[in-house]
Amino acid sequence: MSSATQTLEKLVSQASPSVAGEVEKPQVLVGIATCALAAGARDAMDAAKAALNGNDGVTLGQVGCVGCCSVEPLMEVRKPGEPPRLYVNVDAGRAAEIIRRDVMGGQPIPEWQIEAIEGLGTPAKGAATGAQDSEVIDRFTRDWRRLDYFSRQTRICLRNVGRVDPENIDDYLTVGGYAALAKCLGELSPQEVIDIIKAAGLRGRGGAGFPTGLKWQFTHNAPGETKYVVCNADEGDPGAFMDRSTLEGDPHSVVEALAICAYAIGAKRGFVYVRAEYPLAVQRLKLAIQQAEERGLLGDNILGTDHCFHLEIRLGAGAFVCGEETALMASIEGKRGMPRPRPPFPATSGLWGKPTNINNVETLANVPAIILLGADWYSSIGTEKSKGTKVFALAGNVVNTGLIEVPMGATLREVVFDIGGGIPGGRGFKAAQIGGPSGGCLPSQYLDTPTDYESLQAAGAIMGSGGLIVMDDTVCMVDIAKFFLTFTQDESCGKCTPCREGTKRMLEVLQRITAGSGEALDLERLRRLGAVAQRAALCGLGQTAPNPVLSTLRQFPDEYEAHIQEKRCPTAVCEALVHYFIVEDKCIGCGLCKRVCPVHCISGEARQPHVIGDDACVRCGACYERCPVDAIVRQ
Amino acid sequence: MTTRFKKEVLDTPAWWQDLDRYIDEQKNNNPGHVQSALIPVLHYVQDRYGYVPEKAVNHVAQSLGVPTVYIWGVASFYSYFSLTPKGLYTIRVCAGTACYVQGSQAVMNEFIRRLEIQPGQTTEDGLFTLEEARCLGACGQAPVVMVNDRVHAKVRPEQVPDIVAEYTALAHASAEAQA
Ligand SMILES: Cc1cc2nc3c(=O)[nH]c(=O)nc-3n(C[C@H](O)[C@H](O)[C@H](O)COP(=O)(O)O)c2cc1C
Ligand code: FES
Repeated sequence: MSSATQTLEKLVSQASPSVAGEVEKPQVLVGIATCALAAGARDAMDAAKAALNGNDGVTLGQVGCVGCCSVEPLMEVRKPGEPPRLYVNVDAGRAAEIIRRDVMGGQPIPEWQIEAIEGLGTPAKGAATGAQDSEVIDRFTRDWRRLDYFSRQTRICLRNVGRVDPENIDDYLTVGGYAALAKCLGELSPQEVIDIIKAAGLRGRGGAGFPTGLKWQFTHNAPGETKYVVCNADEGDPGAFMDRSTLEGDPHSVVEALAICAYAIGAKRGFVYVRAEYPLAVQRLKLAIQQAEERGLLGDNILGTDHCFHLEIRLGAGAFVCGEETALMASIEGKRGMPRPRPPFPATSGLWGKPTNINNVETLANVPAIILLGADWYSSIGTEKSKGTKVFALAGNVVNTGLIEVPMGATLREVVFDIGGGIPGGRGFKAAQIGGPSGGCLPSQYLDTPTDYESLQAAGAIMGSGGLIVMDDTVCMVDIAKFFLTFTQDESCGKCTPCREGTKRMLEVLQRITAGSGEALDLERLRRLGAVAQRAALCGLGQTAPNPVLSTLRQFPDEYEAHIQEKRCPTAVCEALVHYFIVEDKCIGCGLCKRVCPVHCISGEARQPHVIGDDACVRCGACYERCPVDAIVRQ
Repeated sequence: MTTRFKKEVLDTPAWWQDLDRYIDEQKNNNPGHVQSALIPVLHYVQDRYGYVPEKAVNHVAQSLGVPTVYIWGVASFYSYFSLTPKGLYTIRVCAGTACYVQGSQAVMNEFIRRLEIQPGQTTEDGLFTLEEARCLGACGQAPVVMVNDRVHAKVRPEQVPDIVAEYTALAHASAEAQA
């Protein structure tokens, strides 16, 4: 056994975890993460604490979000020798009752458990499809794979989320944390570490899917004494929250991975660049770094070896473009976050001109698992070209909103329908938007597309960070294209003309179309402007900004035509194209619509059918909402 | 009409000393790269002051030895930094994709109507600043509204009056407690 591993074992033997490890006495775990707090998890925690009233026979602890955002707050009750119970929608009242009846009284409450929720609680059909052979991986799913929702998942990135207290390093140490770092420092040369990552086939999860081992190799090979590692936790794609959840639920996996990466490439200093919009993630990461320093897992002479690595946090300041690696580094240097042309790539000239390796949070979180379980194990999961798993943030019009992790290559249908539970309210599926402002919309004929880098690209979207917004048939695709372009136009840093002017002109065209003054030539204009920005823009922001427009144009040409030719918005979303009118037969002449109309454009005698004056109508929808007999139609 | 609600402004010698201490710390952390301390320092000012006032910019410029125009350039590039004072409560309506698809625009419109201000503006009484946010990372709870540090989940337009009333009451209560 190497001395690094021995030093680590000593730390492990002295660890006093809050919730991790064997269940020796009853445990009550409350998910505390940004999403859970929004749903009221703090109240649940406080109520549970009050109900326990200092009873030290029960452990009350916090964990990250296990991904079932739609039924948060969650509370898991675990007792020695009993299957765990996951309570959903736990408000303060439920929390107190669960403590009283289940934890203290031994009377579980089935109607509040996840099994009572249709879809989420469905028993697993057959064997688990996820590769959960390794007991080291994903302790949470191991307990919960009796449910269909979890049995279809393979959680590598999220392996500890739900099973460790993210604010206690001893929890992480108890579940094998920092063993991968000890293995690297004690047994492997930097080149051997890089070879493992290469052989595993890990690719960057920040968007582009670049082979991680290769990137490490370039930075390793680059000449120079001073090198840096950077973790990209800027997570700018609106609708993606896997990096936040990973940092909030298991920050040490990222810290450990950065220390490993630093060893492999020869860096002594590193930065985590986190969005300022994620205060809880920042707080937990700060704590993690501090605790790792206290245990000698960061800083000088890590685990008694020569390896020195200092890690700092830098906050973003609300600029989407800073997710782009060269802009991000400019921001760390204290400049405006503007990208610069590559090459030179950061691997040869990054922070302050020194070789720099930059990786995304999810990419890094996979690293310790790969080091411990081996490249063969990792590369056995996923598809030929896309190895391992991908975390998707499922949001929008989908029943089970939340965070899931599936083997690469799972189809969109599995993700949206089998795991996501399909579309709520009996509506139809219209499209899955994947890849955020750089991605595209995939309609139903693409539901059997495997979610790997190449297949998604071939279908006209991109993997991106894994934000997956499901859209039902009430969503207007022209409006969505306008939405994304408004975003990218606003976030364009203005440095290069194709992006600055191109996105602006395209947005003007879309505004015109949705306002009802589009012309036939506009579609051609969009295609041409889009093609120029794709080819000529300086960075990924401008190069990919046209994607949401071009993909909707390709998949939903009829909808654009309706807006332009017929001046009609098929889903009645674009306000200027919406018309309200009263169905004569249905109107009972109650006059309520007339009274709520802010511009007095509704006329009619009492108990006689009323009429809306379309010219004066401001399309506020007040009459539509007010009508007691649904006689007003919106079209 | 005068502003009635104001955040406590810590414009004391001790405040400036704390800032200097922080600047020194950042300078020491970044030997040879003083400029790299700038954004952390701006965060520090904004966190504690509520915005980045001109006198702080001048002060930071001197301490770091960076021209003021440079600092203005950086501060104005990043939307997180506010160069004007904000209301007691900043209401941030998420306009991320998940929230948009779930109807955040209607929620925003309701705030605009109720508060009679546009995004980016502050009510005359100094109580509320209205802002549009980019994804707050709670997309599973869309549409999301954040008031200062508190996140409200699954907000419907009908709930907007209650949210406004809740914080108005809170402000009045704390104003009375102080008086
Ligand atoms: C406009 C733009 C925004 C980006 N935003 C992010 C982001 O928020 N998070 C991220 O990890 N990568 C982002 N990237 C990708 C990074 O430039 C970079 O490729 C990535 O951090 C590399 O890490 P990986 O190899 O582990 O994926 C963005 C790229 C562009 C062009
Ligand atoms: S889109 Fe609103 S919280 Fe993510």
